Amino acid sequence: MSLEIKTTAIQQRRQTFANVARRLGADRPASRYEESMYDLQPEVNFHYRPTWAPEYELFDKSRTAITMEDWYAPRDPRQLYYGAYTIARSRMMEATEKNFAFVEKRQLLAAIAPAWAEIVRLYLLPLRHYEWGANMNNSQITAIGYGAAITQATQFITMDRLGIAQIISRVGLVMDGNAGDSLAAAKRAWMDDPVWQGVRRMVEDSLVLTDWFELLVAQNLSMDGMLYPLVYGRFDAGGQAHGAQGLSMLTEFMVDWQDDNAKWVDAVIKRVAAENDANRQLLSGWYAAWATRAQEALRPLADHVLGCDGVTALAEIRQALDARARKIGLLV
Amino acid sequence: MTTLLKEPKAKKLGLKERYAHLTRGLGWETTYQPMSKVFPFADYEGIKIHDWDAWEDPFRLTMDAYWKYQAEKERKLYAVIDSFAQNNGQMNITDARYINAIKIFLTGVSPLEYMAHRGYAQVGRHFVGAGPRVACQMQAIDELRHAQTQIHTISHYNKFFDGLHDSRHMHDRVWYLSVPKSFFDDAASAGPFEFLTAISFSFEYVLTNLLFVPFMSGAAFNGDMATVTFGFSAQSDESRHMTLGLEIIKFMLEQDEGNVPIVQKWIDKWFWRGYRLLTIVAMMMDYMLPKRVMSWAEAWEMYFEEAGGALFKDLARYGIREPKYADVARKEKGRLSHEAWCTFYNYTHAAAFHTWVPKEEELAWLSEKYPDTFDKLYRPRFEYWQKQQEAGKRFYNNSLPQLCTVCQVPMLFTEPDDPTKICFRRAEHKGETYHFCSDGCCDIFKDEPEKYIQSWLPVHQIFQGNCGGATIPDVLAWYHLNNGVDNLDYQGSPDQQLWDAWMKDRGKAGG
Ligand SMILES: [Fe+2]
Ligand SMILES: [Fe+2]
Ligand SMILES: [Zn+2]
Repeated sequence: MSLEIKTTAIQQRRQTFANVARRLGADRPASRYEESMYDLQPEVNFHYRPTWAPEYELFDKSRTAITMEDWYAPRDPRQLYYGAYTIARSRMMEATEKNFAFVEKRQLLAAIAPAWAEIVRLYLLPLRHYEWGANMNNSQITAIGYGAAITQATQFITMDRLGIAQIISRVGLVMDGNAGDSLAAAKRAWMDDPVWQGVRRMVEDSLVLTDWFELLVAQNLSMDGMLYPLVYGRFDAGGQAHGAQGLSMLTEFMVDWQDDNAKWVDAVIKRVAAENDANRQLLSGWYAAWATRAQEALRPLADHVLGCDGVTALAEIRQALDARARKIGLLV
Repeated sequence: MTTLLKEPKAKKLGLKERYAHLTRGLGWETTYQPMSKVFPFADYEGIKIHDWDAWEDPFRLTMDAYWKYQAEKERKLYAVIDSFAQNNGQMNITDARYINAIKIFLTGVSPLEYMAHRGYAQVGRHFVGAGPRVACQMQAIDELRHAQTQIHTISHYNKFFDGLHDSRHMHDRVWYLSVPKSFFDDAASAGPFEFLTAISFSFEYVLTNLLFVPFMSGAAFNGDMATVTFGFSAQSDESRHMTLGLEIIKFMLEQDEGNVPIVQKWIDKWFWRGYRLLTIVAMMMDYMLPKRVMSWAEAWEMYFEEAGGALFKDLARYGIREPKYADVARKEKGRLSHEAWCTFYNYTHAAAFHTWVPKEEELAWLSEKYPDTFDKLYRPRFEYWQKQQEAGKRFYNNSLPQLCTVCQVPMLFTEPDDPTKICFRRAEHKGETYHFCSDGCCDIFKDEPEKYIQSWLPVHQIFQGNCGGATIPDVLAWYHLNNGVDNLDYQGSPDQQLWDAWMKDRGKAGG
């Protein structure tokens, strides 16, 4: 009788791994997120110091001024592990593919007023380089950050930023009929156009930051927190009067992505700020310095796209960002 | 219609061109910060790259496609994992001895997948060219996938069997797990080019068929459908990783002639490091699978001597020769697994898996596969141990073994030309003497003594009192190893008792 087999088979010796049980406070069934995230990164008994940074262990808490009793406390409210992550992104990308097909079939980007199309080329396409910088920064955090809870999420962000850079590039290819010259022009703008130089300087300065948590705040809260609402909010809204509805469909991914990513950014920074006062001070200082920097760096671009409304738009975005920062416990 | 005039007729993009537009142009020459500060590790290893754009992107994978393929694979994989658990798939394996291979995998291999994830993130940030950097980033996230899907697959076994409960903790502490840990720490602490030579080329390209394939075919032969599924699922990732391995070697060799001797030195080192790491796989193949796939010697011949031979013939045009000491590996192939299993048989009271004397038909298989060595050198030991065990005197060696300073395997290997004599090598450095299992390991030490004198050698650490205490039970407690449960002979273990109870029930049900 198969019934008997069943009764023996379900005698489990344990519900989850011991390290997870220690964290949950009991041996009880754990989620896939918990089982595949907790304690994944080695912490002790490293054999050799990295030849590329001999002052540190391979993974070393002292690579940031932030201190945490437990680096697995800042968890991901979305509970993303690899499988959940790829499935979530593939769904978003599926919607984006449909939007591209829709826009291309109806040639909706050709409906953008020519003068605005020029503006789009200038404000949107060079962002592929901004995203590439964000990709490098998150890869850096993934490499030298501490604790799998944070570094696995930044690995996901690393790939997200590459994906977004590629979506932007595809917009360029739709606009130039796959010739690629719009992308070449965007690169020239990124390198030389005065409206971009403040942003490029800011990105290059972030690439050489040594404290990885400062980098996390600078890139994922301050810089993105200013740039995303400006570009995908204000600029996009500005385009509605110039026939740019099709473009909004192509950049919807970035809007959704930023909403999703902000959940993680906010949860992590909130938890780290709550840890101790020194953390809160550091985070607040980093946030303010980089948000101010981003606000100034984006000014020429905002002026160019929005005219005399640019400066107000930036001030309003900053105000909202400050409110967001206060909500997660920063001193603003 | 004006729209038609405005929007140029789209030209058709080939995959290569599309990939180039979407990926290649993303990077730029920084000017506000010097390139040397943005990419500080680009040249400290002495590798010269003149043109990063000469990198050929073999897969041309963009993120849209990556998300799509990988999500499809994950959906399928997790469906299998779920149904495996629901249907009590653990009862369909050949017998519970098989689980010991899984214990070695989870404690020894999965943590390396995680380390690969972090290591590729480092190279994925620091290589100068966008093409190779993207390839490394994709591998970085793939390797995270492997670590996580392996944990999720094995999670179900952990609910029933012992020794799987605290793999991360054990990996950083248990004596034999310092072999894989030190291997990967060695690679991760090297520069980006050496890391890729070590992991992408030597490990993924040259040796992966001797690591991954034995575990996955072992799973297939032994009814472990969960592990088979993740193995299959990882295969398309692995083919990308292997290609990266070959590409990076060719890229370095083509970029500058001065790179050739550096690359050769790394190939020599990482061949030997990887080969020594495979000792434990050799033993798994020949002893731990209730249903054997092929012998270690056969696998070595097929995957290294034949496939590797062809590869190094191909690389000869760049001035690269077969790795140094490949001849020693050839001489050891009839002994490696037996020497290792005998050692673990003696020390299994300090291991998180069980050992046993092979059954009669298994001894016969070993005699057949190793006609030159098994009956002469090893069978008598097993027959003796079997008798001792029947007399209630199962032998455990309570002394601590001496470890090789480089590979950290106990001194169990014999002289290349004398299988009856343990091989010892030594070297002096700053007045201290260091010990090695082989000329291969000794050479590696001499080339970089300042690195290897840092080794966290488990036996030294126990003697220095850093491992929970002076007695074996103290150390086992510090390992989180449940004494009397996770360790000792398979005969009489809780794993065996559980399995026998299941099979008795099944017999009843069948009868
Ligand atoms: Fe892997
Ligand atoms: Fe791999
Ligand atoms: Zn050795």
